[in-house]
Amino acid sequence: MPKDSGIGASSKRREDVRFLTGAGNYTDDINAAGQAYVYFLRSDIAHGRINSVDTSAAEGMPGVVKVFTGKDFEGVGGMPCGWEVTDKHGAPMQEPPHPILAQGKVRHVGDPIAAVVADSLEQARDAAEAIDLDIEELPAVMDMKAAAQDGATLVHDDLKNNICYDWQLGEADDAKVNEVFANAAHVTTLDLVNNRLVANPMEPRVAVAEYNRGTEEYTLYTTSQNPHVIRLLMCAFVLGLPEHKVRVVAPDVGGGFGTKIFHYAEEAFCTFAAKACNRPVKWSASRSEAFMSDAHGRDHVSKIELALDADNNFVGLRTNTYANLGAYLSTFSSSVPTWLHGTLMAGNYTTPVIQVNVKAMFTNTVPVDAYRGAGRPEATYQIERVVDKAARELGVDPIALRRQNFVTQFPYDTPVALTYDTGDYNGTMDKLETAADLAGFAARRAESEASGKLRGLGINCYIEACGIAPSNIVGMLGARAGLYDAATVRVNATGSISVMVGAHSHGQGHETAFPQVVADMIGIDESMVEIVHGDTSKIPFGMGTYGSRSLAVCGSAMVKATEKVIEKAKKIAAHLLEASEADIELKDGQFSVAGTDKSVAWGDVTLTAYVPHNYPLEVEPGLEETAFYDPANFTFPAGAYACEVEVDPETGQVSIEKFTAADDFGNIVNPMIVDGQVHGGIGQGIGQALLENCAYDENGQLLSASFMDYAMPRADDVPFYGVDHSSQTPCTHNPLGVKGCGEAGAIGSPPAVVNAVLDALNSGGKAVDHIDMPVSPSRVWAAMNS
Amino acid sequence: MTQVSMTVNGKSVSGDVEGRTLLSSFLRDHLSLTGTHVGCDTAQCGACVVHVNGEAVKSCNMLALEADGADVGTIEGQANDDGSLNVIQQAFQDHHGLQCGFCTPGMVMSTAALLKDNPRPTEAEVRKYLEGNLCRCTGYHNIVKAIMAASGQDVSSIAAE
Repeated sequence: MPKDSGIGASSKRREDVRFLTGAGNYTDDINAAGQAYVYFLRSDIAHGRINSVDTSAAEGMPGVVKVFTGKDFEGVGGMPCGWEVTDKHGAPMQEPPHPILAQGKVRHVGDPIAAVVADSLEQARDAAEAIDLDIEELPAVMDMKAAAQDGATLVHDDLKNNICYDWQLGEADDAKVNEVFANAAHVTTLDLVNNRLVANPMEPRVAVAEYNRGTEEYTLYTTSQNPHVIRLLMCAFVLGLPEHKVRVVAPDVGGGFGTKIFHYAEEAFCTFAAKACNRPVKWSASRSEAFMSDAHGRDHVSKIELALDADNNFVGLRTNTYANLGAYLSTFSSSVPTWLHGTLMAGNYTTPVIQVNVKAMFTNTVPVDAYRGAGRPEATYQIERVVDKAARELGVDPIALRRQNFVTQFPYDTPVALTYDTGDYNGTMDKLETAADLAGFAARRAESEASGKLRGLGINCYIEACGIAPSNIVGMLGARAGLYDAATVRVNATGSISVMVGAHSHGQGHETAFPQVVADMIGIDESMVEIVHGDTSKIPFGMGTYGSRSLAVCGSAMVKATEKVIEKAKKIAAHLLEASEADIELKDGQFSVAGTDKSVAWGDVTLTAYVPHNYPLEVEPGLEETAFYDPANFTFPAGAYACEVEVDPETGQVSIEKFTAADDFGNIVNPMIVDGQVHGGIGQGIGQALLENCAYDENGQLLSASFMDYAMPRADDVPFYGVDHSSQTPCTHNPLGVKGCGEAGAIGSPPAVVNAVLDALNSGGKAVDHIDMPVSPSRVWAAMNS
Repeated sequence: MTQVSMTVNGKSVSGDVEGRTLLSSFLRDHLSLTGTHVGCDTAQCGACVVHVNGEAVKSCNMLALEADGADVGTIEGQANDDGSLNVIQQAFQDHHGLQCGFCTPGMVMSTAALLKDNPRPTEAEVRKYLEGNLCRCTGYHNIVKAIMAASGQDVSSIAAE
């Protein structure tokens, strides 16, 4: 029987009511009295030297409060990068400055050159048109391989070249790797592109900043996944403000998918300008502005080689990747192609020798950073495409080849720095075979063929590393932050509970799922527990929500804090019941003395904590506890996905006919929410595989800068999905045994789709072993007719 | 500035607007009805869908002056008179048809228009109708399911909740 409350119940989301009635409070819904509006004048060329920016005419335009240029920020810090990667020779990455407004050069279409603050947005925009720019256009650095050559045009004149770092993980001895490949019975090689994407949460970014001259306090409302991180970065590294005088609020946020993790120049600008103009300042991105200023995702060009012995065991894997970082280092950009990508190159397999090489490149494009999955989709795509290709070349069943090479003993130390604590990859594959009715595929293929369509089946396995991770380890790897989280459990006198959490909910349903945990631990109704998040003036210092970390890390902090609360409440209950603390049991909201019928209710104990007349002398009044939780390891969700496509041989059109996911997320708190997270991830993965592509021309013009040009998945592009998460190996090192589910769908689905398309094409008698994403009708048609 | 008058959620309202003021801006900035969202600038995303004289309209693509004298309905006017969720809103909650909530007002308003014209749409008809409403969170699975449930159809055989 499904549970109807607590851990394991599909409790309906309480936050839905405000969203369904128009009562949500998103940042663009916030208006400060007397606010001015900012319009950013952005570069319309990819690369150029700024000779002059003449704002004199603009300053005299109606309604203009003030016009800012890069010169106004010469004494101010630039946007920081939060992860220092060390290259394979032991040198730190090249780290160029990233000014709030361009200084000296513009480096991508959308790079902000000037900002006009005016009484209305229309006036600000009109005035921006009156700014006289003298910018000498320079050749755009667009192709990563060309950019890596000696003598290439430099994106940053002060750097020695365009290579941010040349990084390596795994086997460092090239001779040893070469020997493995030389002795292999079979080597499969694949060149592929992981297409550049734009996260496109439906809510564009917004910032509203206020400054109070009386208290010298700032308030910044911003569309962020992690308000404390924004406050720390902005105060400590950009504007040099005292943290205790700055409040950052991320209210209802309309989706993030990674792109709202980062500290953006617009946030710092509005905060700076609110004081400089002595007025609140508001900026709301248009969608086109979002396309040219939100950090993009993916954009890897890779060559992967898989070596197999005569028994089809994987014996070696080598990859060489060019990773595009864009024009500047976004907040966590440097970690994505390295510690979130290279470390996953073992996949679900026991490959003993692995060498990962990554050259991270500066180009004249929008900065690239984490997007749902962040490095792990790129790793999974490489591995699962090359494994499928190997199966085709060897004429073996792709599932059998995978099963043969699965990691089955845990804990498992990979050759690329991770220790998988637990998993059951055969278990999830078993679930997939049943849930996807793989036995019925042949009949479905025959049916498709009877109607003139080609049908393909694509299989994919994935493993990801979530809940990043012990702070001491990530610190050694270059992270300039800890990656713990925090929760304060504040019990009110009448027994209701406010839980202040560092995690931020922007679609994930924390306001419903987190109370399920606390209520379950105490045995009270979920409605008695409320989650408070998104406001640095209310919550403890936590690192926010990304990397499928919220429940595994912040949820663990919440459990620890609740345990402290219960421990203290038991002391109070023992006093009231005149019993030993060791004999007190808590069940269904009642403290009782073991083996007796003596009990006292939760509400009586909480009231006593705040009205401590009859109270143990050695115990402090009140009932409020905080815990910080730093995980012992990553968590390792894993799974197996199956996609069935139909290809129209006349047009090359691909349609997704069936998609099934079998995931192992460990224990699950709210199955309904978990299913929804997987659905959303699959939707984005199908988008990457079939539709989405952030395209630039050779001059650095952004060709896909609106929803007219960038193909977002729509309802009729996708099917209903089958989702199974009944294979559960609980995480061994966090108190809830949870692993994280937010990114799995986006990681696991692209290779399944592409493998399915290739299977369909090959079933039609056409030997096609590669096609790049997005698998558009024209690409399919070209592959079929080449 | 020109005065514009209309009925919004059953109440008569008026305001002074510029010729270029969009209906979405009039609702959000003049009437503080911020449930109508703006997610793009090319009339693609559908977060701003409202009803104008009973028809679903993208309010970012209509001038406020064009709605002069019209009967306008927004997400704020959709709940039952006692404040409880209406059938469509309740179906979206029951079937987890929303995550971040940003596209949701447009989805609810489009659904109401769909079901008015087609009270029992097929899955294919729902998906086709939603071409003008983008959602980035749900992969559409639970939105389609919720809409079919709101139309009174049994959705229990559709995989997963």
